[in-house]
Amino acid sequence: MQVLAALLSGLVFGLGLIVSGMANPAKVLGFLDLAGRWDPSLALVMAGAIAVGLVAFSVARGRTVSFLDLDMKLPDARQIDRRLVGGSVLFGVGWGMAGFCPGPALVAVGMGEWKAVIFALAMLVGMGLFDVFEQRKARIACAAPE
Amino acid sequence: MTIDWNAFTPWPALAGGLLIGIAAAMFVLLNGRVAGISGVIGGLFRPTKGDVAWRTAFVLGLVGAPAVYVLVAALPRPTIDANWGTLVAAGLLVGLGTRYGSGCTSGHGVCGLSRLSLRSLAATLAFMGAGFVTVFIARHVPAY
Repeated sequence: MQVLAALLSGLVFGLGLIVSGMANPAKVLGFLDLAGRWDPSLALVMAGAIAVGLVAFSVARGRTVSFLDLDMKLPDARQIDRRLVGGSVLFGVGWGMAGFCPGPALVAVGMGEWKAVIFALAMLVGMGLFDVFEQRKARIACAAPE
Repeated sequence: MTIDWNAFTPWPALAGGLLIGIAAAMFVLLNGRVAGISGVIGGLFRPTKGDVAWRTAFVLGLVGAPAVYVLVAALPRPTIDANWGTLVAAGLLVGLGTRYGSGCTSGHGVCGLSRLSLRSLAATLAFMGAGFVTVFIARHVPAY
């Protein structure tokens, strides 16, 4: 059931990205181009999604298990540090360069767009590099405590 | 600021946004997790017992969405102007940045703001700000 629910969530999420036009990088860049001819659509996508999300997460917050009886695993990190902001800035630069963020890129891969495949492969390499860097850091920290 | 009224699509944007919200709601209420796409994919790099299947299923749902969409309507063709070099550089930055920043447009932007998380608000302001500046430089700074 957990796997089926994940498949359906991903599917509905992807359909939402197609319907909203956000699977199209040109439309995303039209939103990010404040100084040009601005397309506010992305703001309404966020508003629609958050309107539903507010209700869902307020229900989720009051529960310790999901409706499928799985542990409720909501993020508990609160600190706003260099890692969070620096990482988000890097992401924003990449987002502004191509108009793709992770979800729309995967949907465009499903549309058979070769350029999206290139982007998605590079994105996976970037994610893999993060793990390599993190593991190296952890090894150094173990080898030389203090 | 000039609004491009021809490009602006308020109703599809709102409808698609509601679908995205419903997807995030399903995921948290059924699976007990935040629908953060970079986090769902990133977790596959450090698989723990029992989570590879649902992570893969979520990704397959996203990739399979166009195949389901065409059953109902003609698929809109995306316009991808970036060249291959830009796509590779952008992909690397998005991959690294979303992992260091612990989230992307879905995890911080949609779910985080829905949870009223200040941390996600900071992340969203950071990546949106960086996106605005990047597009400004690419499109409006003559030397570039």
